[in-house]
Amino acid sequence: MSAPGTTSLLAERIGVARSEGRSALIAYLPVGYPTVPGSIEAMVAAVEGGADVVEIGVPYSDPGMDGPTIQEAVEVAVQAGVGMADVLTAVAAVAQAGAVPVVMSYWNPIERYGVQRFATDLAAAGGAGAITPDLVPDEAAAWIAASEEAGLDRVFLVAPSSTPARLATTTAACRGFVYAASTMGVTGTRATVGDAAEVLVARTREAAGADLAVCVGLGVSNGDQAAEVAAFADGVIVGSAYVRQLLDGHGPDGVRALSADLAEGVRRR
Amino acid sequence: MTATTAPPTPVASLTRPRPEWPDATGHFGPYGGRFVPEALIAALDELTEAYEQMRVDPVFLAEFERLHRDYTGRPSPITEVPRFAEHCGGARVLLKREDLNHTGSHKINNVLGQALLTKRIGKKRVIAETGAGQHGVATATAAALMGLDCTVYMGEEDTRRQALNVARMRLLGAEVIPVTTGSKTLKDAINEAFRDWVTNVETTNYVFGTVAGPHPFPAMVRDFQRVIGDEARAQLLEREGRLPDAVLACVGGGSNAIGIFTAFVPDADVRLVGLEAGGDGVETGRHASSITGGDPGVLHGARSYLLQDANGQTVESHSISAGLDYPGVGPEHSHLHDLGRAEYRPVTDSQAMEAFALLCRTEGIIPAIESAHALAGAITLGRELGPDALLLVNLSGRGDKDVETASAWFGLGGTRGDAPTDSDERAVEDGHGGEPGPALGTPEETTVQDGDAL
Repeated sequence: MSAPGTTSLLAERIGVARSEGRSALIAYLPVGYPTVPGSIEAMVAAVEGGADVVEIGVPYSDPGMDGPTIQEAVEVAVQAGVGMADVLTAVAAVAQAGAVPVVMSYWNPIERYGVQRFATDLAAAGGAGAITPDLVPDEAAAWIAASEEAGLDRVFLVAPSSTPARLATTTAACRGFVYAASTMGVTGTRATVGDAAEVLVARTREAAGADLAVCVGLGVSNGDQAAEVAAFADGVIVGSAYVRQLLDGHGPDGVRALSADLAEGVRRR
Repeated sequence: MTATTAPPTPVASLTRPRPEWPDATGHFGPYGGRFVPEALIAALDELTEAYEQMRVDPVFLAEFERLHRDYTGRPSPITEVPRFAEHCGGARVLLKREDLNHTGSHKINNVLGQALLTKRIGKKRVIAETGAGQHGVATATAAALMGLDCTVYMGEEDTRRQALNVARMRLLGAEVIPVTTGSKTLKDAINEAFRDWVTNVETTNYVFGTVAGPHPFPAMVRDFQRVIGDEARAQLLEREGRLPDAVLACVGGGSNAIGIFTAFVPDADVRLVGLEAGGDGVETGRHASSITGGDPGVLHGARSYLLQDANGQTVESHSISAGLDYPGVGPEHSHLHDLGRAEYRPVTDSQAMEAFALLCRTEGIIPAIESAHALAGAITLGRELGPDALLLVNLSGRGDKDVETASAWFGLGGTRGDAPTDSDERAVEDGHGGEPGPALGTPEETTVQDGDAL
């Protein structure tokens, strides 16, 4: 293992997938739904089914970027008082299962926990870094400093509405990969992924150069859509479809089966 | 001090020098900023730029002035309330009558500006959040006036306790969407409006109702609302030949307070007092006093004081007033608080309703329950400052919408056939429901000095 600050766990894992001629599969699940142990079991099942990276969701009371599926699960976790200690437990469990854990959090839970403390504890638990959907680089000075010092990845988002100038500054602030939010809207499964994703990925690559992986999220729910996105992206991010498995009572088995379908999709040529 | 000329017009307000905050990226000291998904940044940049051009455009300024004069009815008058002031330690109390504006509150000042901005950037649809319904009504009004489609998000709980305003919005042609997530109040309505905006941003402008949210909303809404204080300051100099000793306003998100404070911020001798909703009392945890009882964090796109738990989850607020029932506050208030330029005090439901009844019975003015918090602050502050004090209170809205809640609180009996709302139950439980008589006695019988009976 390299010293902190030198290796990006996310870039490394996505690089392995690329060397196998495929995209990486990134699975999102929130901590605390249906329970903390139940959510960790589901994350491990996602890894067993073929996820390379698990986005570990921090429950938040005001998830302004999430659609009804994720809102429903997260609200249960918020009511149960799930906090950062539970998140760190999940991080360690995912690392143990052999995938790369990355935390996905709205900004206030991290600021409340303490930015420095979060970076230190996340690194100690084996986490790669964090995805911050409502933190743009313009407001991220403290997080950039803390993550730099702890050797953690920072994933910011780009969107179809991002100007070329913002694509350049945002990707320059990223470490690990950049999250291309493929459609204008909130999280949730969609019937079609649409052309916007491919256009955005091309624009992002142009701004970022070849060194930063571009992963696509928002709307992917099955192997066919995953294959479609894998044709032009370094990683495919799936969230609501995983959560749907749990909401519908299919449990870890449902999550494992979905992972297997998606993992086959990202390998299709 | 010499008297001055007539109150400034809205145009004069917009072109007046602004406070030294926020900075170019929307920061009021450590507060404010933009904590939003990247997808919204382009729209916020577009709004910022279009607004900066519009506020110096003579064509816009002429239209804005015409609307405020001929449609809203500005300038709003100043009313001295001597019979009410007898309960304020002998201090003189002057009200700035934003309740007399078209649509019944200060909210119209802001929405006319933002609706004109919507047309300027070529969008055909507006969305808004609303708590008490005043901002929703104002937005629906401006949309009707300017031919824009309008969707208003309102917490399901609030649609029940402010049913009159829901009906008004629908009559004005707006779609009202009850929000059933989270606490079913204003904070969840804001979340839902942001979700709509990020999905429909190409066609839709978000007309934000208060001085919170991401940049440019706190600065832009302040600029549109500062006409309140600019007018009032000139009106006081004109009629009194002096400035007030204190300016009081209720604070939920804080737009009426910023509106009346801004003109007085450079007047170091004028105390600026924001009255937060104390609910059952800050010590009970059931309140909406973000500055008094919260601490800094990020909510709805900006850093500011907010009610949150150890995990950074927003804590539900509680207030009899739907318009103040919000766990956050505008970032400029947080900055003014930290600077010590403004002070923030909690007012409980009981204190607010006592002041509400007192203004009704002594002056023939039914205030909004929101504004009654500022009146309660005047009762307390007047007694602290004594008989020579001159208090300026922003009467930000009228109380028509609150008649049912107040009737339930005071046990005046129903005029309706339908079932009581949650808010009625809260009012009955907390107030004097079912006990006629003593709740609303004559002013002479009123023992507000003891701070209990009414």
